[in-house]
Amino acid sequence: MNKTITLKINNKTITTEENSTKRLLDFLREDMDITGPKEGCGEGECGACAVIIDKELVNSCLVTIGSVQEKEITTVEGLRGTKQFDILEKCFAESGAVQCGFCTPGMIMAAHALLSKIPKPTESDVREGISGNLCRCTGYNMIINGILMAAKRGDGLW
Amino acid sequence: MDDIRKSVIKTDHKIKVDGSAKYIADIKFKNSLHAKTLRSEKAKAMIKNIIIPELKDGYYIVQGKDVPGLNKVKVIQNDMPIFSDTEVNYIGEPILLVVGPELKEIIEILNEIKVEYEEDIPVFDMREAKDAFAKYEYEKGNIKDAFKKASRVIEEKFYTGYQEQAYLEIQGVVGSYEDGKTSVYGSMQCPYYVKNAVIQALGCSEDEVRIVQTTTGGGFGGKEDYPSLIGSQVAVAAYKLKKPVRLILERIEDMSYSTKRHPALLKYKSALDEHDNIIGMDVDITLDGGAYATLSSVVLQRSLLCAIGVYNIPNIKVNGKVVKTNTPPNGAFRGFGGPQSTFAIETHMAHVANEIKCTPLELKNKYFVKTGDNTSTGGKFSYDVKLEEMIEKAEEISDFSDKYKKYSNEKGIIKKGIGMSIFLHGCGFTGSGERDFIKAKVKLLKSKDGIVEILVANTDMGQGLHTTFKKIVAKVLDKNYEDIIYKNPDTDRVPDSGPTAASRSIMVVGKLLERAALRLKENWIERQEQIIEENYKHPDLIPWDIEKFNGDAYPSYSWGVNVVEVEVNTITASTQVTGIYSVFDIGIPIDETIMEGQIQGGVIQGLGYASCENMERKDGRLKQHSITDYIIPTSKDVVNIKNVLVDNPCDLGPFGAKGAGELTLVGTAPAYADAIENALGVKVNKIPITPEWIMEAIVNE
Repeated sequence: MNKTITLKINNKTITTEENSTKRLLDFLREDMDITGPKEGCGEGECGACAVIIDKELVNSCLVTIGSVQEKEITTVEGLRGTKQFDILEKCFAESGAVQCGFCTPGMIMAAHALLSKIPKPTESDVREGISGNLCRCTGYNMIINGILMAAKRGDGLW
Repeated sequence: MDDIRKSVIKTDHKIKVDGSAKYIADIKFKNSLHAKTLRSEKAKAMIKNIIIPELKDGYYIVQGKDVPGLNKVKVIQNDMPIFSDTEVNYIGEPILLVVGPELKEIIEILNEIKVEYEEDIPVFDMREAKDAFAKYEYEKGNIKDAFKKASRVIEEKFYTGYQEQAYLEIQGVVGSYEDGKTSVYGSMQCPYYVKNAVIQALGCSEDEVRIVQTTTGGGFGGKEDYPSLIGSQVAVAAYKLKKPVRLILERIEDMSYSTKRHPALLKYKSALDEHDNIIGMDVDITLDGGAYATLSSVVLQRSLLCAIGVYNIPNIKVNGKVVKTNTPPNGAFRGFGGPQSTFAIETHMAHVANEIKCTPLELKNKYFVKTGDNTSTGGKFSYDVKLEEMIEKAEEISDFSDKYKKYSNEKGIIKKGIGMSIFLHGCGFTGSGERDFIKAKVKLLKSKDGIVEILVANTDMGQGLHTTFKKIVAKVLDKNYEDIIYKNPDTDRVPDSGPTAASRSIMVVGKLLERAALRLKENWIERQEQIIEENYKHPDLIPWDIEKFNGDAYPSYSWGVNVVEVEVNTITASTQVTGIYSVFDIGIPIDETIMEGQIQGGVIQGLGYASCENMERKDGRLKQHSITDYIIPTSKDVVNIKNVLVDNPCDLGPFGAKGAGELTLVGTAPAYADAIENALGVKVNKIPITPEWIMEAIVNE
């Protein structure tokens, strides 16, 4: 019999009887209908499924729900409405950081995780910070400009 | 109102940033079933028998005999089966679908199915292939004479590898059946391609099929024709089971079996006279088509049309074929045959320059086509060719020629190099395709309260079409672009404005929208619903003759100059790109930021093609089939691209815009190759130029 698992997702406490080996990505998407995290590769290479777990950027396709109990899990849906999200959203718009948008929720999470650790990043910090998130449309540079712009404008927020 | 080029916020920006945009895998369909594909284990075989285990309730097999219409995917030729359950021609070819409520159970059923094959001898190597899907040849001047008069002949071979589109969103479609109508929803570039394929598969009438594009996470050509195959499969499944059927591929399936850029072998032979003038060029191109014809014939056409690049050589002969091998079918990828020959012609010109002791740019300079010149196929460059101005700009921003000279003579462990490519891309469908096959039609629908909706079949897959089309219509009507409606196309509502491919959307469909908007403006009636329809009108061109391969292949051309700068570590063979500079003539940009996005993204895709995107086959199986082993550039592999646009408005496009999407990918590989040659003094005849290749080149030197 499955034990009850308790998860904290986007500031809500969720209990589930699902198998503890279920991938966090599947739990978010199938059980919670949280579809901001996307499946791009299923093997931790592309970052489209990236979420923040206790301040760390993590690919949710590589994590089982049993391993993240009692931890704070944040997806792009949980970031919506925050001041940090607003700034990232505007700066991504102005810099033209979004094309097909499939990598974007993951990129937003990567940007937020990076700025939370390094509020005033250099260009090279940003390149490092999003190096685990693949984008096939933009060639990255406009995303990098967006994140640098957000760091500048959101001075003090992160 | 602002200049059309002034950047605006993309209309789909917000929903993509906050994660609320729904891609096909994000959408839940009530009572839907999952589907998975049983694939061939053999590269060439007859299927003697398929042994299917007893299925639990609610699980089904969907196969060839369930296809009510023709069991062939309608693309250009009707050669590819929807379900190949009698004969297979490549490893991974879809045989049937297993459909049911639980994926886990479906996978178990797939593992239990036994297929008995009678194997035949497959052909893997394109050089040994006997069958060709298409062959073309054209000649200008007198090539035999040129080689007879030649005082020397420079001959070489090039190879270009596979390239996988690697869109971040994997291929996926959902079929459904309601009230006598079969619908397909999914990630796709060309809803009407899918519609025509499904009509043929179901053998039904037009009004019994509906196709709806869902927000598409990248296409790059990979979702041009492939969705016709999987779309037909789920349509047949939904029609049989009268329930929604989801077929979302896994990355490994997508990379292993969906269409890719054709690998190519290109032979170049140049005749030089006693003053080292190039008097003739003989080109022979072979593309590896894979097992079925797909769009290969048209890809080959573009490849041949780009074979002489931006040069006017007095005598030429170009011939080529796309051959059948027992490997996954290849298809469309941004550039569509152009990148292969552009790499070859640019690199060949550099090698000829090396032989006659001048720099590549000095040699190329002597042969640039000029405004009013004939094209290689007897058409005309009737619009302004601004190559000289573009090269001046490229020199200004990159300091190319000085660096080229300096780096040629440098010694040391870290060697710097710089390279340049100069190239073109024909805008729109090749030849008379727009007039004879596509026959684009657009509509503008104005409601009683004055809201204008764009009704076209073209899709936004990230390139920004939702925004640019709205801007075009809004500008003409003097409205705010955000007040114009343009939804993801649903074939029940939109006319067939043609596929989203061939760098045609802005120039061809955008022009039709501009014309429709002008007519609406002139005939605007308050408080009345109005529909304005515009049909494609073929420009005044020298008629294209596909048999003779003669005439204007394209109505106009976009142009590019790329400069790539590298540092090669001669001990580790690792290469760092240190600068990328580009100059493009795309007419007038409809939005500067969107155009910049096309440039940054396209050039970096080209950089991947040139350097790290290595895909090889062993016994008909692709060795790299995941994001882990097929390496696309990351944020750390690239530098910011410094770009300049040269304005050159063309009256064929809206507000002077020309095609731009594909052009941006075409030139990076030859510029990168030229930079590696400049750094190391070696000769490059193959892409991708991997670190392993560089190591060998250094060791062999």
